[in-house]
Amino acid sequence: MLGFVGRRLLYLAPVLIAVSLLTFLIAALLPGDLVVATLGDEATPDKVSALRHEMGLDQPLMLQYLHWLGGALAGDFGRSVRTGELVLSAILQRLPVTLELMLFAQLIALAIGMPLGILCAVRNGGAFDRLVSAIAFGKLSVPAFMSAIVLIYVFSVRLKVLPATGYVPLDEDIVGNLRSFVLPAVTLGFGEWPVLMRVLRSDMIATLQEDYIAMAKAKGLKPWRILLVHALKPSSLTLVTVTGINIGRLIGGAVLVETIFALPGIGRLLIGAINTRDFVVLQGVVLFIATGFVLVNFVVDMLYGLLDPRIRLGRA
Amino acid sequence: MVYSIRGFDLAALDVEVEPIAATPASRGRLVFWLAVAWIAIVASAAIAADWLPLTSPTDMDLLARRAGPSADHWLGADALGRDLLSRLVFGARISLSVGLIAPVLGLIVGGGLGMLAGYFRGRFETLVVGGIDVLLAFPPLVLALAITTYLGQSVLNITITLGILSIPALTRVARAATLTFAEREFVTAARALGAGHGRILMRELLPNIALPLIAFFLLAVAVIIVVEGALSFLGLGIPPPAPSWGGMIAEGRDSLDAAPAIAFLPAGAMFLTVLAFNMVGDRLRALTDPRQGVL
Repeated sequence: MLGFVGRRLLYLAPVLIAVSLLTFLIAALLPGDLVVATLGDEATPDKVSALRHEMGLDQPLMLQYLHWLGGALAGDFGRSVRTGELVLSAILQRLPVTLELMLFAQLIALAIGMPLGILCAVRNGGAFDRLVSAIAFGKLSVPAFMSAIVLIYVFSVRLKVLPATGYVPLDEDIVGNLRSFVLPAVTLGFGEWPVLMRVLRSDMIATLQEDYIAMAKAKGLKPWRILLVHALKPSSLTLVTVTGINIGRLIGGAVLVETIFALPGIGRLLIGAINTRDFVVLQGVVLFIATGFVLVNFVVDMLYGLLDPRIRLGRA
Repeated sequence: MVYSIRGFDLAALDVEVEPIAATPASRGRLVFWLAVAWIAIVASAAIAADWLPLTSPTDMDLLARRAGPSADHWLGADALGRDLLSRLVFGARISLSVGLIAPVLGLIVGGGLGMLAGYFRGRFETLVVGGIDVLLAFPPLVLALAITTYLGQSVLNITITLGILSIPALTRVARAATLTFAEREFVTAARALGAGHGRILMRELLPNIALPLIAFFLLAVAVIIVVEGALSFLGLGIPPPAPSWGGMIAEGRDSLDAAPAIAFLPAGAMFLTVLAFNMVGDRLRALTDPRQGVL
């Protein structure tokens, strides 16, 4: 197991370095002179070159990159060129909103996907299974922004029961906070349940053919007990992995959903940085998200290796 | 054979999925041809848009703002009085051309890299796989946003960005398929007959991996149409006033109370098109999967 972790860690380092280099280059090569944009058209050449020097933009790209990476490793992502705010504190301030959104979305996806997956596996090939499988297939063709529009139309415009935008901080009003998260979390979670359902369904079908399930049936155990106690756990291996991978995918979806519902999370920060060409913030947020994504996938790999020895021995 | 394509937004492609319970073959075939027909209709409308008797998609008829269907505007008009049918058709042109051309880029670059990596193995393969992992380290939408910001918003740049985004998945499919065929007897036989690397790659391997690649190409088209829609929805894709389905949905949001059709029509068009590509791609993928030799 230690050797497995070590090999993966050795592989992780070059990937993270390449990710940081790509992030840096995308933002550093951004067209449009930021210094001129910051100072305005009437800035004297002296002022421009002074600010350029101050921001380190007159140095070779490689040095700029090392300087930036060194700072980032020490937790210093620089300051926003627009607001002067520290990028790291801007990220940390918005992180809880994004995490709360992702948590709720994941719970909703599991709450829909798991029962449906189990029911479909039980009546494998039946009318219910085919109906749910068809809906799941269709659902995969509905992107988040489309679900969002439909949900806003039904619950905000027609029924007027939930707010379409507007965020209420948790420490101000818990109920208001939860209400402001309902539509975004449902939008995000709705996109994920078909995967979870399909994974659990196919693993469950395999488990239900095992001898010990027939044994349990023969002993006269109640069907729900067989399903939830005997069959669910051994069928959940892939589900655990996919749930983990989903965390990474949810980060991407959160960008969209936060923008649609005006939630002040990391995604909004990113879109705002793009709109104002605030390249320091852009670099910081993209690096933060990509690193998080890589690390989550790494942990999921580890978990999977822990659960299934064939994988850590490299034979799967 | 598991083709993982997890860098993409569409989760269907993530995991090896048990074939959906066998529907009667006749019904499956009907759905398949319905999907093909829908793609054909949308594609011909997009190609023929200039010759169809449509008003310009950017002309504003201020008296018809948010109007319902009428003789002048068959599907009604949007908040600025622009003809919805015309915008749908011209939007199809953008969605389809970006959705088809970008994965072609991925198919050529990714397919080529994947084949070479799967055939030659060694350092080159390590490098290719590593490069893919770096691209996959970014959530796709975030990477698309970052690259479009760098390149600037235009149809060409969006196409290039999304093309880059489709490279990793197609590389993986091509490499996995090549790996399974490169060790087969007919390749050994060709080598024994003195065939060079180029000949083996083009004449022996390519015909065999073409079908899985095309199946994944169609699934990639569906994904790219969605990502292009998401970018345009965020206002970071196709620049207005050019119509794009994602942009139209975003514009329609403000009129949801008075005229929900403005948002729902493009949403419906996009849903059906993405669904059709998913169905055709899924069907072709089932064809290439030895476990389910039906179709």
